[in-house]
Amino acid sequence: MAMTALSLRGIRKRFGVTVALDGVDLDIAAGEVLAIVGENGAGKSTLLNVIARALEADEGEVTLGAAGVAYIRQELSLFPHLTVAENVLMGREPARFGVIDRRAMTARARALLDEFGRPEIDPNETVGRLSPASRQVVEICRALAADARVILMDEPTSSLERADVVRLFNSIRKLCARGIAVAYVSHFLEEIREIATRAVVLRDGRSVWTGRLEAIPDEALIRHMIGRPVETVFTAAEPRTPGDVVLAVASIANATFEVRGGEILGIAGLVGSGRTELLRAVFGLDAAGHGELTVRGERLEARRLSAFASIRRGLGYLSEDRRVEGLFPHLSIRENLAMTRLDRRDIGRWVERLRIKAADVEDPVGTLSGGNQQKVLLARLLHQGASILLLDEPTRGIDVGTKAEIYDLIRALAREGKAIVMVSSYLPELFGVCDRLAVMNRGRLSAARPIEAWTPDSVLEAAIGGRAAA
Amino acid sequence: MTVGTASMLRRVAPFAGLALVILVFAVLTGAPAQYLSMPNLRIVLAQTVIVAVGAVGMTMIIVSGGIDLSVGSTIALTSVATALALHRAWPPVIAILAAIALGGLVGMANGLVITTLRVVPFIATLGMLGVARGVAKWLAGEMTVAAPETWINELAVTFPSRAWLVVAPGVWIALILAVLASLGLQRTVFGRHVFAIGSNETAARACGIAVTRMKIAIYGLAGCAFGLAGVMQMSRLRQGDPTVAAGAELDIIAAVVIGGGSLSGGQGSILGAMIGALIMAFLRNGCQQVGWPNYIQEIIIGAIIVIAVALESRARARG
Repeated sequence: MAMTALSLRGIRKRFGVTVALDGVDLDIAAGEVLAIVGENGAGKSTLLNVIARALEADEGEVTLGAAGVAYIRQELSLFPHLTVAENVLMGREPARFGVIDRRAMTARARALLDEFGRPEIDPNETVGRLSPASRQVVEICRALAADARVILMDEPTSSLERADVVRLFNSIRKLCARGIAVAYVSHFLEEIREIATRAVVLRDGRSVWTGRLEAIPDEALIRHMIGRPVETVFTAAEPRTPGDVVLAVASIANATFEVRGGEILGIAGLVGSGRTELLRAVFGLDAAGHGELTVRGERLEARRLSAFASIRRGLGYLSEDRRVEGLFPHLSIRENLAMTRLDRRDIGRWVERLRIKAADVEDPVGTLSGGNQQKVLLARLLHQGASILLLDEPTRGIDVGTKAEIYDLIRALAREGKAIVMVSSYLPELFGVCDRLAVMNRGRLSAARPIEAWTPDSVLEAAIGGRAAA
Repeated sequence: MTVGTASMLRRVAPFAGLALVILVFAVLTGAPAQYLSMPNLRIVLAQTVIVAVGAVGMTMIIVSGGIDLSVGSTIALTSVATALALHRAWPPVIAILAAIALGGLVGMANGLVITTLRVVPFIATLGMLGVARGVAKWLAGEMTVAAPETWINELAVTFPSRAWLVVAPGVWIALILAVLASLGLQRTVFGRHVFAIGSNETAARACGIAVTRMKIAIYGLAGCAFGLAGVMQMSRLRQGDPTVAAGAELDIIAAVVIGGGSLSGGQGSILGAMIGALIMAFLRNGCQQVGWPNYIQEIIIGAIIVIAVALESRARARG
């Protein structure tokens, strides 16, 4: 093996109660592309942040060979108002007595872009006007200008067209030819096989498999990503009899599905595949262009929906981001609970039923743990009398014990006849809780099938597949 | 090509606005020759000096993503300081330098509070608005401070005694300052880093830019410009007045914004801010010439600020 550019040993990192990284080992050789794969929440982004020194590991050793690391994460590190040349050479501008040598700056940026086979990008163009693919080239050129020897890429192709993916891969090959090591995170297995020679699989913060990609078929790779036997996490569900169709969605945000009272419909898919957008459009938070919604027989045009009217029709929406879109952290538990229905009496019964652990319902909700905050938000939906619940990642960032309570609650609500649509990135909980499942892939929702008809492999394939053909 | 045209349009928009204002009032006054006469232009330019000098500093701050509400108070404080210095028979040059340095100190204090105490610029400078105004009144003993006759009084006169100057020396000073600041923002590493911080502060840090030091320097330098504006204020009134320039910050911010500055940072130009200052001065003067009452001016200027920003954000939405 060639010279090691980067090596990690026993990296551990916790955020509060959540263990993000629980012992990661990996090595990248100079001139190599190492793919890092894993389910959502397996710890990939945390790992890249540790390598880039944006986060410090609690335990473990990061050994960098010669040099600097550049982290390329979709446009986050660009200056949209400044020119390509300024972006590429930010912090290392050619200057004399503080006065920038524009000509030299343009020439250096030009040289880097030419070398990269992208001479059509004008060094004097404003970065905010470039296409996503060109912006990525600007980021790569900056990494080169900084003489980085290790480049980290987090889902670099998710906003790219296929032609741009090919160009990006050509760029990456050029980097490797110069002896630069690339750590490449992606969900798309075909792409990984195209660009990387070796892969590390992360699961629950651990590196569970490392090896050459040609030696392992997709199915085995996916099995490593999913890992644990799914059944053991969940108790068997009591049988339920679904009632009438209460919610029917017809081609809203490329999705068509129905949910019956007493039924739990799961929606799987990658982060960014459009699941959240679908729920928001159905609830009327974001305008949908076209499509139709039928709520208990009442037909509604999708573009006329509003959250206010949806709540009155008995819909309830739980956002994936409870801090930004859910909680009013300085207000009391009572006020938070009664936010959608201004009846503040009888709050105690929800605290009891959901076992919300709080000293006093008058305490600010911000003082509760994440799990109890989530329970308050679920209680809000119950308090407002919602009978159709749209839940986006209902157990995100919650400890295992509370997760189990929330699963029990969701099933109990279904037994009471409520209809539930649940978006989740965590396959075991979809298999453990849902009656039927549909998979979102780049903005398109598959047909919903009974949960028994799916396997974790087939879900992941439905979520990832089809890109090469597109 | 369309993108290029759109950006061109955005760049000339402030000029077009200025031309439109001049044209409209030339017609409305019914005496275009009078409105565009040299004496009237001198009046307008002399009136613009204080806002223009202040806007030079404010442009830097706004481009970096900040804001400074303490400008009016800083102008009052430094005008009092200039008058006090002259009163104590300091040489005029030293009095001016002292006022500029005092403005710089006020600005650095703002920068320190914003960076080290992590107070948002709006609040930090709102606090300074009160503090600087109070200190000005304290130093002045709650009265105006008479300043002995020096050449400083000549800086902001409408009709300079040396005819070859054509316009007030203050106008020339403002012009030179604007050219220097514009070159500084466009051509120097410091200037581009000001834009970088306003465009994406996190990325600026990641690129090794010393953001904290930069911000203190930006507010400090802008404070120096506000100190110079205070000198001009003293020159205009021929005395130091601790109650003067209340609300000047709003005119100055308006000038920067009308000239294309964005309060979310990363955007703005000295040239634009100068045009913005001139638009407001021509408007005020025009309203007076037409004989409209003060309140009409206020309504029109208020509306223009909103229209300018609305046009700008529409242009941006279209790309």
